[in-house]
Amino acid sequence: MDVAEKPKMAVHKFTSCDGCQLAFLNAGEALLELSELVDIVHFAEAGPFDFSAKVDIAFVEGSISTPEEQERIRKIRENSRYIVTIGACATAGGIQALRNFIDHQQWLSSVYARPDYIKTLSTSSAISKNVKVDLELWGCPVNTHQVFHAVRMLLFDVRPAIKRDSVCMECKRRGHVCVLVAKKQPCMGPVTQTGCGALCPGVGRACYACYGPKENINTASLGRWFEGIGLTPDEIARQFLHINNQTEDFQKAGQYFKGIKIRSDQSGEQ
Amino acid sequence: MNKITTVNIPVLTRIEGETALHVQISDGKIQSLELRIYEPPRFFEKLLVGRGVQELLDIVARICGLCPVAYQMSAVQAIENIVGIKPSAWVRNMRRLFYCGEWLQNHSLHIHMLALPDFLGYASAIDMAKDYGDEVRRGLRLQKLGNDLIKILGARSVHPVGTLVGGFSHAPPKREVKDLLAHLYQGLDDAEQLLRWLAKLELPEQSQKFVCVSLSHSSEYPMNEGKIVSDEGLDIEIDQFDAHFAEHQVSYSNALKCLLHGKSYLLGPLARVNCNFSLLPSNVKQLVKELGFQFPIKNMFYSIIARAIESMLCFSEAIRILECYDYPESAFSLYETQAGIGYGCTEAPRGLLWHRFELDKNGLIQSARIVPPTSQNQARIEEDLHDSLTQLGLDKPENELRKYSEVLIRNYDPCISCSTHFLDMRVSRK
Repeated sequence: MDVAEKPKMAVHKFTSCDGCQLAFLNAGEALLELSELVDIVHFAEAGPFDFSAKVDIAFVEGSISTPEEQERIRKIRENSRYIVTIGACATAGGIQALRNFIDHQQWLSSVYARPDYIKTLSTSSAISKNVKVDLELWGCPVNTHQVFHAVRMLLFDVRPAIKRDSVCMECKRRGHVCVLVAKKQPCMGPVTQTGCGALCPGVGRACYACYGPKENINTASLGRWFEGIGLTPDEIARQFLHINNQTEDFQKAGQYFKGIKIRSDQSGEQ
Repeated sequence: MNKITTVNIPVLTRIEGETALHVQISDGKIQSLELRIYEPPRFFEKLLVGRGVQELLDIVARICGLCPVAYQMSAVQAIENIVGIKPSAWVRNMRRLFYCGEWLQNHSLHIHMLALPDFLGYASAIDMAKDYGDEVRRGLRLQKLGNDLIKILGARSVHPVGTLVGGFSHAPPKREVKDLLAHLYQGLDDAEQLLRWLAKLELPEQSQKFVCVSLSHSSEYPMNEGKIVSDEGLDIEIDQFDAHFAEHQVSYSNALKCLLHGKSYLLGPLARVNCNFSLLPSNVKQLVKELGFQFPIKNMFYSIIARAIESMLCFSEAIRILECYDYPESAFSLYETQAGIGYGCTEAPRGLLWHRFELDKNGLIQSARIVPPTSQNQARIEEDLHDSLTQLGLDKPENELRKYSEVLIRNYDPCISCSTHFLDMRVSRK
């Protein structure tokens, strides 16, 4: 990087809800400070537009779900020193990747009268399935702390350390009442990576794994817990096949529990 | 001479949608005008099938990062209609508070980051902040308070996590409410200053004929519930939507276009103020009159004024609700699952958000239909562009036509995930 010039940054959007870009737009005055640190050359929603500029850091929101997006991400890769994915769509394909499990043409024709007008791929995939990614920020959505931490670290050429322990541990550190044990709710905290601040248990409800799988998880054991509190195998499978359905661990667990036939003695709620 | 000029102008920035505009001009007339929404479809209506109701509330939030509260509120209303529960007075109040937060956050973001740079001549709010530092900072404060209102119930402002069928998963402690309330008084003052400041803007004077549609409630400015009305006499229950409104697909857009009795209509802040002015709190009405605005106003450039008016409304309402806040016995009521069809319709920041769900006896979604505001505004935007560009003069340089179109489209604040971020405008001249 030229010391006389500010590093350049871009924020790109692919198939998504735009919620992760709000980590910047909801940052308040920190957004103005960021514009002092870096030169924001592309961020269509905020105004700057220079789509093909060479940048030091490219933040990418959204998954790849159209032929045009496949092309566009390749160009961004060529022009970017670091690619940082933000959120579940860019990092794991997003909720819309549930389409990967089904007959795409059949869905298309049931939503649109003229499916031939719509140009999409049959799958929604993570950025890393398409190009090399330097850093992945998990979360649906990511928060301001995560993205600003990444910018600060990358500006010093340091790889940000991302905690991969569980929401469950975070919950204990914060002293929340365990919703799995005390309320018998199907909490995904034990298999989900931290980063959100254990928000769901903090407001008394079960975590639904929007930050993706933590390292070294035991999905089978948690699934059996869920069975014990009265969930059917289909309900257990849906816990895993949710926002981060394309991650390997969750996909495997989801398919496993989907395959289990309901035994007659456990078909109803306890 | 059959000379065809095609201009590719990549990008309308500062809107929320991957949108292109293609205008074809010949013989001094617009031959065709197509607003193309490119946002890749995500098939939410299909991927909801077979999911439970809590999953529904968490999934529909993901349709839009800007208005997740709206999606949750329309969905929860539809489900509560099916299972037959009426939310408690406390829940009803908190949902209104929740919605105030989302309107405030959206309106402030749109006013300061998306729209104002047009009127003051800057490329972005960041550039604008160099000359209008205090005003931009005030805008960021208003936006933050919107986020704070959502967070107090939903723990985070994007894809909040507190919404349950029957209420909320927790009630905010009184101490948190008291802290927030102290900031809201300052916010109301800031919102008033914002409206006074915006009233000094020189907005283009124009008047068009169009129909305004919004919810309407007998005793309050509409947010979470009401009938669907228009300023031309429509007055229907939300389950009658299909008898009057129809969606259809056009070849050039991924969003379905929706028409009322075959015609375009306007949704959103300006339509709401036009249809419900008398229900605004008296402090807001008084200031609006003092500043010389006379509603109804049929000029889309005044949508920025409508957003500021509603921002004041949000503070007034949030203060009213929180000043008499009581910690409830329970933040939600219990319900029994049952099969049925339910409708939900609430006022998203950009207008009517209509849902219809069918549940089976196990409480799983059998079918889902969602009609977002942007697809409903699409036809109106096209008509506005058609009329306004013609009024401006079609012989104007392409650059000017494009700039004007961008500003016009931004007036509608087309929604992020019902679209993406591209105005690739092409003018073809013969």
